[in-house]
Amino acid sequence: MLMTTVQLDGDQTENLSCSAGASRQAFGDRVFFAVLTGASLIAPLILLLFVAVLAYGAWPSIREFGLSFLTSSVWEPNPERERYGAFPFIVGTLISATLALALAAPAGIGIATLVNEVLPSRLRGTARFLIEILATIPSVVYGLWGVFVLAPWVSGTLQPALAKPLGFIPVFGPPYEPRNMLCAVLILAIMVLPIIVSVSLDAIRSVPASYREAALGLGATRWEMVRIAVWPPARSGFIGGCILALGRALGETMAVTMVIGNGRRISASLFAASDTVASTIANQFAEAPSDLFTAALIEMALLLFVVTLSVNVIARWLIRPAARTGARP
Amino acid sequence: MNLMETNLKPPASTPASPARPPRIVVDRLEAGFGRHQVLRSVSLDLPDRAITAVMGPSGCGKSTFIRCINRLHDEVPGAWARGSIAVDGQDLYAPSVDPVQLRRRIGMVFQRPNPFPTFSIYDNVAVGLRLNGTRKRAILDERVEQSLRRAALWDEVKDRLDKPGTGLSGGQQQRLCIARALAVEPEILLLDEPCSALDPVATERIEELLLDLERDYTLVMVTHNIQQAARVADRTVFLLLGELVEVGQTSDMFTNPKDPRTESFISGRFG
Repeated sequence: MLMTTVQLDGDQTENLSCSAGASRQAFGDRVFFAVLTGASLIAPLILLLFVAVLAYGAWPSIREFGLSFLTSSVWEPNPERERYGAFPFIVGTLISATLALALAAPAGIGIATLVNEVLPSRLRGTARFLIEILATIPSVVYGLWGVFVLAPWVSGTLQPALAKPLGFIPVFGPPYEPRNMLCAVLILAIMVLPIIVSVSLDAIRSVPASYREAALGLGATRWEMVRIAVWPPARSGFIGGCILALGRALGETMAVTMVIGNGRRISASLFAASDTVASTIANQFAEAPSDLFTAALIEMALLLFVVTLSVNVIARWLIRPAARTGARP
Repeated sequence: MNLMETNLKPPASTPASPARPPRIVVDRLEAGFGRHQVLRSVSLDLPDRAITAVMGPSGCGKSTFIRCINRLHDEVPGAWARGSIAVDGQDLYAPSVDPVQLRRRIGMVFQRPNPFPTFSIYDNVAVGLRLNGTRKRAILDERVEQSLRRAALWDEVKDRLDKPGTGLSGGQQQRLCIARALAVEPEILLLDEPCSALDPVATERIEELLLDLERDYTLVMVTHNIQQAARVADRTVFLLLGELVEVGQTSDMFTNPKDPRTESFISGRFG
C-alpha cells in the first residue's frame, strides 16, 4: 500500500480523490523515501569516489611503469634515475598474510569447535566474549606489545632455538634482525584469530543438532561426531572466515609496520626485516621527495584497496551459503 | 473402533511370544532434564524380533523413553536417568557400559531424515562401518549393497551411489538412514517417529520395510499415529504424561483396552 501510494503520479493521486490529509501523507512518504535513498547511496558513492581519486593520483606512476610496477624490485627515489617497483612489498604482504593465516586458521577453528562442542553451555558466552574482545584492541596497542614484548622474545628466545638445529634451512637462516617477518606473522595471527573464531563459531552453531545426533546414534565419539557431522557442513563458513581474516591481514598496517623492521627487500629468512605494501605506505608517505614517488605510493594504495575489497567480497559470498545450509531443518 | 479393527496387524504366524524371553527389560525407569521429570517409574518388557510401538500424545515422554535405550538421552545437557534398562540381561546404565560402544549395537532412526549433507549415498551407509575400523573397499562395497537392499533402496540408488544423500526424496532419505543404521549390524533398531515427516506413500513403504525387518531385529518405534501402531506393531506401549498407562499385544489393546484412558486415546478423544 505504501509503495503504490509513492509510485502514483500527482494527478493520479488527484483522480483517486484522496483527502488533503492523505495526499500530505503521500508527500511526506515521498520525502522520507528520497532521504533514505540519498542516504543509502552515500556509501557506494564514497567507494566509487575513492577508487577514482586513487586511480587519478596513481596515474603518473601507472603511465610511467605500467605492469613493471608489480614485478620490479627497484625502489629508487634518487631524482636522476627515479624508479619504483612494488614487488618486494607485494611478496612481503602475501607471505605475512598467508603464514599468519596458516597459524590462525587451525587455531581459530579448533577454538571455535572447543567452545561449541566441548565447553559446558553456560561458559560458551563468556568464552566467545573474551575471544571477540581481542578484535576490539586498537592495532597500535598490538604494535606496542609487539615491539616491547614479542620482538625481544622472538630475537632473544625463539630465533636462537630455531637457528641452532634448523639454521641450514634458508627460512631459519641469517640475516637475524631484531624486528622481522616472523614478528609480523605472529602478531597478524593473533589479530585475525577473533575473526576466524567468530565466523567459525557461527558456522558450527548453524549445523543442525540432527546431524550430531545421527553421528552419536551410530556410535561416534565426540571427536568422531565433530569430524563427521559438524566440520563438513560448516566448511564453507570456515573458508569464508579465513578469507575475511586474509583481507584483514593483507591490509593491517600499524602493528605490522611497528614490528616488521622495514627491510624493503625480499629475503628467504623469517628473521630478516621485511616490508608489506601497507607498512611501506605508512613508513614513507611523509617523505614524498617527488610527485612520481607520491604517485607510486598511491598506486600501492590502490592495489591494496582493490585486493582487500575483492577478498572481502569473496569472503562474504562464501559465508552466505553456510547460513543457508543451517536454515534447513 | 470398527475402523481400527479392519486395519489391525494380523497376529504373528508363530505365536507364543511368552515362550521367548523378553529382549529388553525396563525396570522403574525415571528420566528427565534438570528439575523437569519426564518419565515416571516406567517398567515393561519388550519382545525380541517384533515391533513395539510406543504411542502417546506429544510431550508424554515417548522420545525420551527410546533415547534412554541407546543412552542418547545422556548427551543432552542436564539430562538424567534412574532405574534400569537391561538388554539380554545386561544393565545399560551399569558403570562398565560405554555408551559409544552401546550405540554401535543399538541403531537409531530419527524423526526427520538426516543423512550427512556432504556425504554421498555410499559414504552415508559406510560411515558407521568406517567408525568401526572397516577400511577394505571390498567389504565396504558388500555391506553397503547389503544394507541398501535390506532398506529396500538399492534398486533406486545403485546407479548413483556417489551422489549426495540429500538429493534423494524424503522417503528415500529416511530409508537411507535406515540403511545407515543397519550397516553396522545392530541387534536393536530404535525409530523415533520415522514417518512423521513423510507423505502417505513414503510412509507405506517404510512400514512395509519395518514389517520385513522385524524377522531379524528387535524394533522399537515411537509414533503419535494410532493407526500406524495398529498397522505395524505386535506390541504397543501407551504413555501418558510420562507414566506407563498400558502395555500389551496390539490386537488386545485396540480391541479391548484395559484402561479407560487408553480407550479415549485410541478413539481419538485426546492426543
